Amino acid sequence: MNIIKEYMQLDKIEGPLIVLSGVDNASYDEIVEIKTNSGIKHGKVVQLHNDKAIVQVFETTSGMSVRDVSVRFTGSPLEINLSKDILGRVFNGIGEPIDDGGEIFGGVKMDVNGRPMNPVARRYPRNFIQTGISAIDGLTTLIRGQKLPIFSGNGLPHNQIAAQIVRQAKISEEEGQDFAVVFAAMGVKHDDAHYFLKAFEESGVLERVVMFLNLADDPVVERIITPRCALTAAEYLAFNHNMHILVIMTDITSYCEALREISSSREEVPGRKGYPGYLYSDLASLYERAGMMEDSSGSITQIPILTMPNDDITHPIPDLTGYITEGQIVLSREIFQRNIYPPINILPSLSRLMKDGIGEGYTRDDHPAVSSQVFSSYSRVQEVIALSQVIGEDELSDIDKKYLEFGRAFEEKFLKQDFDENRSIDETLELAWDILSILPKSELDRIDSKTIDAHYRG
Amino acid sequence: MDKIQGIITYINGPVIKAKNMEMFKMREMVTVGEKRLIGEIISIDGDIGTVQVYEETTGLKIGEKINSTGKPLSVKLGPGIIGNIFDGIQRPLNFIYEKSGGFISEGIGLASIDLTKKWDVVVLVKEGDIAKEGSLFATVQETPLITHKLMIPPGISGKIIYAAKNGTYDLEEVLLKVDDGKTVHDIKMYQEWPVRTPRPVKKRMPIEKPLITGQRVIDTFFPVAKGGTAAIPGGFGTGKTMTQHQLAKWSDADIIEYIGCGERGNEMTEVLEDFPKLIDPNSNLPLMNRTILIANTSNMPVAAREASIYTGITIAEYFRDMGYNVAIMADSTSRWAEALREISGRLEEMPAEEGYPAYLPSRLAEFYERAGYVTTLGNDEASVTIIGAVSPAGGDFSEPVTQNTKRFVGAFLGLDKKLAYARHYPAINWLSSYSGYLASLNSWYKDNVSEDFMNLRGQMLKVLQEESKLLEIVKLVGEDVLPDEQRLILEIAKLIKIGYLQQNAYHKDDTYVPLNKQYRMLRVIKLFYDHANETIKKGIPISKVKSSQLYNDILKMKYSIPNNYKNEFDDFENQISAYFDSLIEAYEG
Ligand SMILES: Nc1ncnc2c1ncn2[C@@H]1O[C@H](COP(=O)(O)OP(=O)(O)OP(=O)(O)O)[C@@H](O)[C@H]1O
Ligand SMILES: [Mg+2]
Repeated sequence: MNIIKEYMQLDKIEGPLIVLSGVDNASYDEIVEIKTNSGIKHGKVVQLHNDKAIVQVFETTSGMSVRDVSVRFTGSPLEINLSKDILGRVFNGIGEPIDDGGEIFGGVKMDVNGRPMNPVARRYPRNFIQTGISAIDGLTTLIRGQKLPIFSGNGLPHNQIAAQIVRQAKISEEEGQDFAVVFAAMGVKHDDAHYFLKAFEESGVLERVVMFLNLADDPVVERIITPRCALTAAEYLAFNHNMHILVIMTDITSYCEALREISSSREEVPGRKGYPGYLYSDLASLYERAGMMEDSSGSITQIPILTMPNDDITHPIPDLTGYITEGQIVLSREIFQRNIYPPINILPSLSRLMKDGIGEGYTRDDHPAVSSQVFSSYSRVQEVIALSQVIGEDELSDIDKKYLEFGRAFEEKFLKQDFDENRSIDETLELAWDILSILPKSELDRIDSKTIDAHYRG
Repeated sequence: MDKIQGIITYINGPVIKAKNMEMFKMREMVTVGEKRLIGEIISIDGDIGTVQVYEETTGLKIGEKINSTGKPLSVKLGPGIIGNIFDGIQRPLNFIYEKSGGFISEGIGLASIDLTKKWDVVVLVKEGDIAKEGSLFATVQETPLITHKLMIPPGISGKIIYAAKNGTYDLEEVLLKVDDGKTVHDIKMYQEWPVRTPRPVKKRMPIEKPLITGQRVIDTFFPVAKGGTAAIPGGFGTGKTMTQHQLAKWSDADIIEYIGCGERGNEMTEVLEDFPKLIDPNSNLPLMNRTILIANTSNMPVAAREASIYTGITIAEYFRDMGYNVAIMADSTSRWAEALREISGRLEEMPAEEGYPAYLPSRLAEFYERAGYVTTLGNDEASVTIIGAVSPAGGDFSEPVTQNTKRFVGAFLGLDKKLAYARHYPAINWLSSYSGYLASLNSWYKDNVSEDFMNLRGQMLKVLQEESKLLEIVKLVGEDVLPDEQRLILEIAKLIKIGYLQQNAYHKDDTYVPLNKQYRMLRVIKLFYDHANETIKKGIPISKVKSSQLYNDILKMKYSIPNNYKNEFDDFENQISAYFDSLIEAYEG
């Protein structure tokens, strides 16, 4: 028999944390329910010491008092109810329905923390996803089951790029294989959430989207749970129902700030820039939930979006993300200001999984060499630009002038494309040859002569 | 038997405290709570013991019990390790998969190599023989490539009073009884060893042999030695893992141990999928036959990440003791250091630099000190080489883990973001990297490659250093104003960078290049340089030199001349000399 005890008094309230004593039988990480005058709040046990429990409250603690409460320990970690009915639904940051569709019934309950995927149970991702965006398909190819974040900055068009990917990406190419989009918003503005809603609507996928929304004015601590709910839903659809899932998570920066806030209210030793020392492990517990598994034909592809504070790629949030994800797509304010969409700076961008998903039998045999050549030549362009700023463009050698021309063509013809322009991989590679052919053959040192002869213009 | 149990009083993630612990021992392995999670005691203060737990503590309660196992955190060493993949405390991931499915759950309990598996044993001793610690007493063919040598465990010597016959045994059967005068020791196919204690050797030997990797920038410019240590620091995406995978695939160690410490799950899966298909150039057998994997990925419990490094090095030492050259790749040692930091933070220890505990340098030193070229207790020459990836925060090498690692390693292969951005791979920076083994390896290269190899290396490195100075000038005024001799240096540097240092890991031949080909390639570049220099001195313009088809041929010789070349290099050298001779003749004549 289970008598559920209620605790009617708190020792202390401090930021998002409450402390209770006289507690028995509480377990680490379990969910508690807190009844207050202003409704029911939830929290989880983050530390236990003798009869004292420290609980992190998901909703705001403001207005809470140490008396007028009643706290109940639920005995289990945070679980959400999942069935295929979640498709097309909208939930709040802790997985409660907020549209008018009512509760999810008859599904399975799953722990939002998930569990680490066993490396021997993984399948290595090798399938190319065509996004129709040249800079991505040609140079930082997205692979099904990959985690490939967008490193952006405030005011840059990361939302548009994500929306374009959702609209154009061939997430599932096999006949009859289902796909869906799981969208997690953490601390984003209403406008941005609305933008995505509209974008999903316009691309006709709305009934295949599951949304978890924690908006800018929603409780900060809730943000810690939001991506976990979303990824649990994604795992459910991918591995229980063999669907191909694209997960968009934005904004990871708000997520990390929430983590920092909780960490500092727990008086933990801070790491770089005040972020907790376990930020790496915490982010890994999200990003590593992308992938594919034996015993299932589904997949989880993640596109997390983060805004780099001060556009600084060495800031702990992009830095630790880059150390975990399988590459990154980096946006540049400078390119954006020149009115180029998508403003992707290809040099720091990378897709680590493209090596196994491009080339003969996947995209086209010249793809690996072409992409390597574009990177190498475009990096030379940067040196030439720097030189021309010192000595003036007229003084450049003939070959350097060719590089400048190549650089301009790259940005204007290859990189730049319309929001609703959907290029096939063949079109993308042909464009690459158009611009590479500006350079003399002898400069194409990453491509073998046979391939050059087959594709070089003129 | 009254079993003393601790009682949990405090839970904070992987760190728990318990009372009633005065009879427990420091560093003892314990089981925690009803789920019997695996943990290790990391401090005892009066009757309060602190335990780091190697599994998720979700659901654990105050008042649950801690049980002693009576032994320190140890590994079981015997046949069944090679080709296998383990977690940070040596539990086979395949076993965990069978027990808990695709996702790892806690409370699986202790497991290691399969003790019930039967192996064919060839016994090499007989009753009445004297057994010495570390000496060989039987062999098992563990994989087609590796003979597992069964050794008398360290600390045991005496007279053999029973020896099993050749035959098929499982790991628990007694193969030998050794009487040391006081006790009779039962010797089985496996031994146990505490991971935090280095296994003994007879003596340490000087380092004299390179670990040949087939990677030109390493073998030629910054060689790593058998028994030596190397660090590969670099920001994210600069190529640490790729480099380590390349070394795991191609270096000439007998056994490779790859420790995925706090890194990606897919990278381990990649090894698991690729290595069984890749053929070792020396034995023509799949590489998996000599590979051991330890995986504690970034999303697995952080305390086990800390342990994985020790589990790995202990297994390496065990195979070294059989007389093998073992090479360890640890990717990434920074994640291990961060695990130390996280545990230390939860213990509320006084942090030193950037929150790392003050004992970070000594832990790093202890780890790298377990590498070495040695004479084993069994009188074999053998080695453990350690190659550690370092992941500096913000890509900034001045941070504590990189700086402290630098103090303890012999070779430093610094990866460069700018090179990686330009897709110059491997992105090892030739100006900031170094190898402290050049002097000790000099005579090996002389005897085994060529008399002038090291000399050539020095000259080519000098060209690269001069290039970097010249580039400073070029940045300000452009290349055209430089005199032809200096422009030639830029051109030769380009040959070295593109034609030699860049090495494509995905190209079927270029992925691994034998030393003699490396030498001949260098010689070609040098020959071209010498001729070109001479030509320019005679006033022939550099455009003539550069525009020759030969220049482009040199850039591509890595692809056009096969690894098992015959006359190609001789012909090429003749062609180069002939070209320049005719150039000079035409000019002078
Ligand atoms: N020798 C090489 N040949 C070809 N490509 C390479 C080589 N080295 C690195 N690369 C490219 O660089 C990418 C990143 O390399 P890698 O994953 O090894 O980086 P890393 O330093 O381990 O990064 P992290 O710290 O984030 O794990 C690879 O996916 C590959 O595309
Ligand atoms: Mg890596």
